Amino acid sequence: MAITATGLRKSYGDHVVLDGLDLRVEPGTVFALLGPNGAGKTTTVQILSTLISADRGEAKVAGHDVVRNPAGVRKAIGVTGQFSAVDNLLTGEENLMLMADLNHLDRREGRHRTAELLARFDLVDAAKKPAATYSGGMRRRLDLAMTLVGEPRLIFLDEPTTGLDPRSRHAMWEVIRGLVAGGVTIFLTTQYLEEADELADRIAVLNGGRLVAEGTAAELKRLIPGGHVRLRFADAHTLDLAAKALDTASRDDEALTLDVPGDGGVHQLRALLDRLDDAAIDVQDLSVHTPDLDDVFFALTTERTTRR
Amino acid sequence: MSTLAIRDTTTLLRRNLRHMQRFPMMSIGSLLMPVLMMLLFVHVFGGSLGSTLGGGASYVDYLVPGILVMTVGASAAWTAVNINSDMSEGIIARFRTMAISRYSVLTGQALCSLINTVGSLALVIGVAVLTGFRPAADFTDWLAAAGLLVLLTLAFTWLGIAFGLAAKTPGGANSSSLPLQFLPFISSAFVPTDSMSSGLKWVAENQPFTPIIDTLRGLLIGTPIGDSGYWAVGWCLVLTAVGYTWARSLFNRDPSR
Repeated sequence: MAITATGLRKSYGDHVVLDGLDLRVEPGTVFALLGPNGAGKTTTVQILSTLISADRGEAKVAGHDVVRNPAGVRKAIGVTGQFSAVDNLLTGEENLMLMADLNHLDRREGRHRTAELLARFDLVDAAKKPAATYSGGMRRRLDLAMTLVGEPRLIFLDEPTTGLDPRSRHAMWEVIRGLVAGGVTIFLTTQYLEEADELADRIAVLNGGRLVAEGTAAELKRLIPGGHVRLRFADAHTLDLAAKALDTASRDDEALTLDVPGDGGVHQLRALLDRLDDAAIDVQDLSVHTPDLDDVFFALTTERTTRR
Repeated sequence: MSTLAIRDTTTLLRRNLRHMQRFPMMSIGSLLMPVLMMLLFVHVFGGSLGSTLGGGASYVDYLVPGILVMTVGASAAWTAVNINSDMSEGIIARFRTMAISRYSVLTGQALCSLINTVGSLALVIGVAVLTGFRPAADFTDWLAAAGLLVLLTLAFTWLGIAFGLAAKTPGGANSSSLPLQFLPFISSAFVPTDSMSSGLKWVAENQPFTPIIDTLRGLLIGTPIGDSGYWAVGWCLVLTAVGYTWARSLFNRDPSR
């Protein structure tokens, strides 16, 4: 396991941030911790990256206990935080050289790695400019590049695309996919479901300091109802016939569609099409709707909130 | 220190020096205060204050040791503000999650402050000489005075770092280090303590600045030192130990508060 955590608890005064968190992350995978603001995502990253200590519970990261051997953990990990951790007064190049020195690379190797990362992250033109003058997307790229100087095998990305425009976000996703292809384990936190869906092998939904669900994107989507097959017909008459044949469907007269509840699996589709065939009804268009992660997220997090 | 600790400290010192070079206004500002103070006291108050000294001693000669201590104090305030604003930057959190020597962030800042302060002291002495400061010190005296100033700088720098880490805002860091800049007023820096009321005189004679200033004055212009020298070195060592221990424990606090 790249990361295991059991019963992590953390509170600030009366405010409980983490309320018994258990995590297991397989090496070489992308694990997304998904949750609204204030769910405890950043606190989790801070504990696992040895920045702060938990009040209770245990965590092992890259084989090392975060409390007993923080130095071992630090050697193995890289952290790119929510608020970009670049030195504003230094140039992009100096920032990377600073990381090379702190990773104890020799001068030549440091220069080499710096040049390579500047090119890879499209920062060559801005290399000699102070980071304070960088745009949001450039700062995030520099931030991640700085994390990569030490070639960590496990990277924490705390909301890496928050506040980025769509183009920068997609560029960041490409970079992350490239890292995963190289065998790096990624622990990602995000409040964007789309991002978790795009990148993660497993997703855990965090709400109010507890995990409310965990699984692959597909498994999570199956957790809640809302899937249906939508059929569209050429005219109102056919729609009428179909509605009679499929009594469980809900109809929309204006759009000439019928929604048949179900998971949209092969069996359901075959049965559905057989019945329409038997009644000699022509279907113009068919589409399968599975609930997206947004549905899952809202269902899971509101349920929790109302229960409180 | 291990070689890695030295390497990390050098790296972070270089970072701090580069900051100073890119953003010099703060360190220049901290230099201006003692220089203006000196000119003010010599040229505006000097005439009447100097007459209280008696014996025809030059007031500027009497004043400079106090101004030098004040320079170190102003520089410590700069250190406090500097490290406080640095701590709010995300990069410090990055350093904390890296496998580097834990306190090199602090030691790098301390060395940078030491360099900054020594530079300031040299400039202040230069201005003092232009103003009429004529020290009677020989080479050994200068060496001893320089040694004491470095000790004092270490003490104040570590206190400044601790103040900076303890404060919530750069403004707070500045105000909490004000005593380092203004305690010299209640000492033998500007006038002999004999001229003060008895309560104030007790404070003035028992606070760390007075023996330090008296020792510097003795070394530079040849007034008697007595046991001030031991007190001066003692105070510096104690303050360094307090500042260093306090700074380390503050740095180990949960950074997320």
